[in-house]
Amino acid sequence: MTCTDFLSQLTDYFDGQISPELLEEVRAHTASCSHCEVVLDTTRKTISVYRDHEVYEISTEFRDRLHAAIMKKCAEKGKLGCP
Amino acid sequence: MPAIQSPGTEEIHPDVALVARAKEGDTAAFEQLVRQYERQIFRVAQHITQNREDAEDITQDAFLKAYEKLDQFQGNSKFSTWLVRIAVNESLMRLRKRKTSKTVSMDEDVQTEEGSIPRDFAEWRPNPEQLYGQAELGEILRKTIQGLPPGFRTVFTLRDIENLSTEETAEALGLSVPAVKSRLLRARLQLRERLSRYFRQQKEGQTA
Repeated sequence: MTCTDFLSQLTDYFDGQISPELLEEVRAHTASCSHCEVVLDTTRKTISVYRDHEVYEISTEFRDRLHAAIMKKCAEKGKLGCP
Repeated sequence: MPAIQSPGTEEIHPDVALVARAKEGDTAAFEQLVRQYERQIFRVAQHITQNREDAEDITQDAFLKAYEKLDQFQGNSKFSTWLVRIAVNESLMRLRKRKTSKTVSMDEDVQTEEGSIPRDFAEWRPNPEQLYGQAELGEILRKTIQGLPPGFRTVFTLRDIENLSTEETAEALGLSVPAVKSRLLRARLQLRERLSRYFRQQKEGQTA
């Protein structure tokens, strides 16, 4: 497996959609190529750092506004169950 | 490849009942759906538009539109994917109107090779969480994802931050699965490259 082949398998590797044969090849490649080993490790950390940190949070003021707008819409529609 | 599921083993998503009740006019059921997805929809909109006011408007519009069009929701996809699709469309439309970026189409920004080939091979030690405090780390993450082309950050947001499957991401964006995979690879590699400026291990005597 070359470094280019390794990169082309990276998405399937992270998504757990890689065949056992290719997984073995990826492992063998990263064991012998320090650059690709770093790319694998730091890409994994890239995904996890974004997954673990809520970068944007909804504000309480907006949440209240949102629910008020939805109740208003629902009243306009005159559906059953509207207060 | 998607796993083949034998009939009868698929669990019915709890949203199905809530959507059915909402269609009957049960406001509490719709409110429950809003509560479940308001944070996700807001995050998606904010990641794409990079603007809080826009993200709030889009979130509100997306839920109102979903309420309006509830009868058109056929249940072929998950309710959340349908909702995300509405929010993504509204967000991209908003970006086009603002014209702050030349590349707001999901199809246009794939030509660039920038960042697709790894160049930085420094290890990240210690881990980013050990290097920076919460606030500082949040700032770095925001600044870094802002620099990605909209099409890339949209795919990364849906797939990696919001944890949609590749198929759901493709459906929400109106893209093919291979197109999602190729954008995702580039988005992940570009982010990695950019983050490495902050997280790379410093050689002794070097400052960040």
